[in-house]
Amino acid sequence: MEKENRSRQVLSRIATNDQHGENSPYFHGWYAYERNRFHPTQNPQGVVQMGLAENQLCFDLVEKWIKENPNASICTREGANKFKEIAIFQDYHGLKEFTHAVAKFMEKVRGNRVTFDPDRIVMSGGATGANETIIFCLADPGDAFLVPSPYYPAFGRDLRWRTGVQIAPVDCHSSNGFRLTRAAVEVAYKKAQESNINVKGLILTNPSNPLGTTLDMETLKSLVAFVTEENIHLICDEIYSATVFSSQRFISVAEVIQELEHCNRDLIHIIYSLSKDLGFPGFRVGIVYSYNDIVVSSARKMSSFGLVSSQTQHFLTSLLSDEEFVDNFLSESKKRLAKRHHDFTTGLEQVGISCLKGSNSGLFFWMDLGPLLKEQTFEAELKLWRVIVDDVRLNVSPGSSFHGLEPGWFRVCFANVDDQTAEVALERIRTFVLDNGKKGDEGR
Amino acid sequence: MAAQFRDQDQLLSKMATGNGHGEDSPYFDGWKAYDKDPYHPTKRPNGVIQMGLAENQLCFDLIQEWLMKNPEASICTPDGVENFNGRALFQDYHGLPEFREAIAKFMGKVRGGRVKFNPDRIVMSGGATGASETMAFCLAEPGDAFLVPTPYYAGYDRDLRWRTGVQLVHVVCESCNNFKITKSALEAAYENAKEDNIRVKGLLITNPSNPLGNILDRETLKGIVSFINEKNIHLVCDEIYAATVSTNQPNFISVSEVIEEDIECNRDLIHIIYSLSKDMGFPGFRVGIVYSYNDAVVNCARKMSSFGLVSTQTQHLIASMLSDDEFVDRFLAKSKERIETRRKVFIQGLARAGISCLDGNAGLFVWMDLRILLKDRSFEAEMELWKVIINEVKLNVSPGSSFHCLEPGWFRVCFANMDHNTMEVALSRIKTFMHQIKDQNREVKELAKKTCRQNSLKLSLSRRRVDDFLMSQISMSPHSPIPQSPLVPART
Repeated sequence: MEKENRSRQVLSRIATNDQHGENSPYFHGWYAYERNRFHPTQNPQGVVQMGLAENQLCFDLVEKWIKENPNASICTREGANKFKEIAIFQDYHGLKEFTHAVAKFMEKVRGNRVTFDPDRIVMSGGATGANETIIFCLADPGDAFLVPSPYYPAFGRDLRWRTGVQIAPVDCHSSNGFRLTRAAVEVAYKKAQESNINVKGLILTNPSNPLGTTLDMETLKSLVAFVTEENIHLICDEIYSATVFSSQRFISVAEVIQELEHCNRDLIHIIYSLSKDLGFPGFRVGIVYSYNDIVVSSARKMSSFGLVSSQTQHFLTSLLSDEEFVDNFLSESKKRLAKRHHDFTTGLEQVGISCLKGSNSGLFFWMDLGPLLKEQTFEAELKLWRVIVDDVRLNVSPGSSFHGLEPGWFRVCFANVDDQTAEVALERIRTFVLDNGKKGDEGR
Repeated sequence: MAAQFRDQDQLLSKMATGNGHGEDSPYFDGWKAYDKDPYHPTKRPNGVIQMGLAENQLCFDLIQEWLMKNPEASICTPDGVENFNGRALFQDYHGLPEFREAIAKFMGKVRGGRVKFNPDRIVMSGGATGASETMAFCLAEPGDAFLVPTPYYAGYDRDLRWRTGVQLVHVVCESCNNFKITKSALEAAYENAKEDNIRVKGLLITNPSNPLGNILDRETLKGIVSFINEKNIHLVCDEIYAATVSTNQPNFISVSEVIEEDIECNRDLIHIIYSLSKDMGFPGFRVGIVYSYNDAVVNCARKMSSFGLVSTQTQHLIASMLSDDEFVDRFLAKSKERIETRRKVFIQGLARAGISCLDGNAGLFVWMDLRILLKDRSFEAEMELWKVIINEVKLNVSPGSSFHCLEPGWFRVCFANMDHNTMEVALSRIKTFMHQIKDQNREVKELAKKTCRQNSLKLSLSRRRVDDFLMSQISMSPHSPIPQSPLVPART
């Protein structure tokens, strides 16, 4: 014990504090899943993983493409002559063809309504690395960023842990469908200023995690106007941009600034990744795209700490340069996500469970189990959550883990399981709801 | 509401607008010269030869041969594509178990099987660059310092300091004793820091050394381990050149071996940085490793690895390759042999041109002694000489000052990032250059004889030294007054 204390004393504060966020109660769900994983035949009573925002619906398309394109790999007979050149390439600008391919892909995802400059594409260690890097570039320790809640739990680590920057939440309420408003941002901004907190910017996740909704043009314009007036940064995490599956199209901040005459582009930055849109989280392809030249330059130097493997850059260049494949992939992916979303939400509606209206994107839906809570408190939410994990055997994510203000909401991922498993999961929720009826308050 | 736009300085972080990245240095002139006019044997035979890149390009034939025989090593071949889905989704920061096991085994083999590494202590990072930064984040607070022996890899200034706020305090190593890391130098550096109220959290050594191209002997390594235990500070050993050590004596001794023998050592203070960039020649794959004997550090570094994990596509390939014992044994043997041969030929070529290098049997470069060519014992003279080497001899070598060497006149020259013919071209250019200097000095000498009353300031020192040197073995000169390092306050 003494040795342990002595050992902890010689490490940094960063190493010994809890800001990495992993000592949280939510890991109970993970452990439950790890101990008892669902399998349709081998373990049909196991826990179904619905806490992972992964996109597993289109691997068949990718696998087919790989078989037809052996040049994409530096390990095939067809591609091995490039092995050496790729293996020694460590230039932090990235392979030229790679940045071009990523820029083009980002354009396609936005219906070619905007153009992206490949020279502004900067690599990072996944979106995790991208978020941390942009904060290192824009803020000093002690500064803060406004973040609309509910928000992605790991922002706590990515934005704050090693940077020393704070999060100032912007409250969003179910009363207006958790829609973000300029007014709410202004309230949070003022509150921070009154506490002598130096706000350096606003971070939007659009499409939203965990809500599964997108921002409309009017709201986006008002937020761009706000940051321009206050001279603070706007970071748009658009990593779910290609998961928009409804007819209501995705509007990127890139489109908004094209239309606005009076906007300071030096304040605008986009975070991107291939983890959600393509389903490649393991490949660690994070992107920082900034309209600010100094930020591009600085982020690029920082990218040395988390470059994309040149082997992966080479593969993705090939994949993303195949326009026919990309067009087909994007449209198929939308269709499959839409169907899965529809199946779950209508299936739940039939037993009286509603999901956030207007959800049109993401790999999850925001489910309202408020009617099932014994009382409208987070303790009750956590209790209900444990029942869902341990008895219903579904690892969903409780709203409190997303720093939401209102108990009773749960994020449920639907794109990381096959059709059969999805059916099993849906059936389990329906059964649970029907067995338990509606407890506590009358409706919402 | 602010109507005006603030300066970028206020708009961005201090980190973004400062110079901590270290790239605004004059040393980039060499790179620029190379980029403008890169050597090519037929297209640009008078171009600049790149000798500033410590890369290992000597064994790709072996890799390619292995790839053809092992298609399942890739998730993009027909044989391997069934793994694509699983790998593409896998983002667990523990890494693929097969990957960690293969790396641990490889590290053991590189050390001749004399130590075993625990796969559960293998933590990924964004290359060695990411590994170094992670170590600083885990072990030190902003304002704390790491001791680092000079000369050292210039990238440490960025990796250890930029985003962490940690400082580097130099441990002065001198040519008079072959840049050995002495106890007194360590003590002096530690005391200097203490006097400046700088808290020292650790010592960072690179073994085998970049830029010296040599290895630490057992006595020195043991002395270092004693020193850090005594001061209760960390020891971070960057061993990324471990497999570039020739098979001739002396053998590479890793800190992992030394601590096996030293029961008094507090293992919580011992950490190793590794990578596949040098030993395998894969800098593009970004395979950095943090290996710590301290459980809390393993834990913390692993959480931090989320900021720079190795692509699972690459983890899969490396796991396959490095699990093949027969291939690894053959690769390591051949690689050492080829590096050693290249090193020998290069050193002999330099010797024929009248240039000596620091004795060493490791690394992908030599530490070349050009002190005799300096106009005077100053860094200005070193820079002048360097510019001549780049612009006239057309070789991008790295001046010692870029490694914080405290004595002017040393240059690091890489030899493993080119084919044999290119190396021969480089050697012949060096030989020609040295002869030109000799001829120039002879002409000047004759001119001086004719006009013997004329006082030629430029003649004396360098000319005599070149003649003396060319005719006899070089003898190390007594150490020159050490110019002030910008990182440590003035000392007398």
